[in-house]
Amino acid sequence: MLLNKKCVIISLKLFLCLLFTQISVAQFTIPEKPNFQTSVYDYANVLSATEKAQLEDKLIKYSDSTTTQIVVITIESLKGEDVSQLATRWAQTWGIGGTAKEDNGVIVLLAKAEKKIAINPGYGLEDRLTAGLGGEIIRNIIIPEFKSGSFYSGLDKGTDALFDVFKGKYKGERVKKSKDKGFPFFPIIVIVVIIIALIARNKGGGNSGNNGGGMGPSLLDVILLSSLGRGGGGGFGGGSSGGGFGGGGFGGGFGGGGFSGGGSSGGW
Amino acid sequence: MKRFLPWIIGAVVIFALYSFFKGINNTAVVLNQNVEQSWGDVQTAYQRRNDLIGNLVNTVKGAAEFEKSTLTAVIEARSKATSVRIDPTNITAEQLQEFNKAQSGVSSSLSRLLVTVEAYPDLKANQNFLKLQDELASTENQILTARTRFNEAVKPYNSHIKTFPNSLFAGVFGFKEKVYFSAVDGADRPVEVKF
Repeated sequence: MLLNKKCVIISLKLFLCLLFTQISVAQFTIPEKPNFQTSVYDYANVLSATEKAQLEDKLIKYSDSTTTQIVVITIESLKGEDVSQLATRWAQTWGIGGTAKEDNGVIVLLAKAEKKIAINPGYGLEDRLTAGLGGEIIRNIIIPEFKSGSFYSGLDKGTDALFDVFKGKYKGERVKKSKDKGFPFFPIIVIVVIIIALIARNKGGGNSGNNGGGMGPSLLDVILLSSLGRGGGGGFGGGSSGGGFGGGGFGGGFGGGGFSGGGSSGGW
Repeated sequence: MKRFLPWIIGAVVIFALYSFFKGINNTAVVLNQNVEQSWGDVQTAYQRRNDLIGNLVNTVKGAAEFEKSTLTAVIEARSKATSVRIDPTNITAEQLQEFNKAQSGVSSSLSRLLVTVEAYPDLKANQNFLKLQDELASTENQILTARTRFNEAVKPYNSHIKTFPNSLFAGVFGFKEKVYFSAVDGADRPVEVKF
């Protein structure tokens, strides 16, 4: 009894510790993974509407042909955080990257107030975009443009340089969006079929005996479960709300790429 | 039927106990694997820094001949750090502290070196050196990330084996509480590679 009490107290303490560490760690709150997953998030409003649309379109087209997702995020202030650290956490939280297996995502994080930029590749692109190369792109391509006053041309030319770096590594095509926004015909058809099958079985059940009864439900269960799984999966994958044609963000949304924390950063 | 009842109850109890212990043990095994894997990442990141230091020293040596003592300090700290070996299956608090101490020795000597390098404009304009600095900064970030993730992997493991009733049996299966990396403070801070 005494032992139990001790354990309860210890676990309570542990729980409290967990609670407090979690509160004290976060400084900059990373926004929740958006429902509409696209390539440019201009929170600091450094781009005009047309510039944003152009950059976004370019990066989405690039992702369509290579599966590699390059995501540009601009923020007002780092709120005391390190730009590379924040970029790593952010990219990992959102799971930027075409697929979780390839880990082919890149985050470009720009902090307006601190005048800092970080480019962090996911695991799959680290061999191409080494920190040295990323640093060169920042120093020699992006920063001069920023200094001359244009965020857009810096980001535009910088991402072009990234395309060159990744040339030929990944190929692919746009992930088709699952059409779960429409009426869920498929699950309903499956359920109707199952109901008909059940009725039919019950009618004939009188003379088929227990043998058939033993086999029936398990098979039906399998069908039912698989149809349920399909319905659930569709709901999960359908991140974006745009139409099926172009301009609808990344096809299939962020793929869940991982980030080691490697990457380069610079200031202007 | 009555004759078999005790046997049935017995079998049910045995099965329940079996799955109870199996649950405790297997979850701990999985969580332990995560911890060991993330420890591997920590070591890889530090190893990468050690490799880079070799390159850095060579680059600096050519351009800044006068900083012999700073250079040797870095090299010594590095060899000290590589000599600290830790068995990933059984990381004790003392071992981790020793590891931390050795690595932060490298960090501080490295940042001293980078500060002295400030005085050499040739070096600062050297593309190779700049790239090396990028790599170092990137590795520092990787180290921090790996350490954070190590702690994040230890957390569920410790919670699993230390909460009741698992705490009563985890020891029997040989699962011990694991230690966290201490928070980064002062000397542990990443080398500021700013120019």
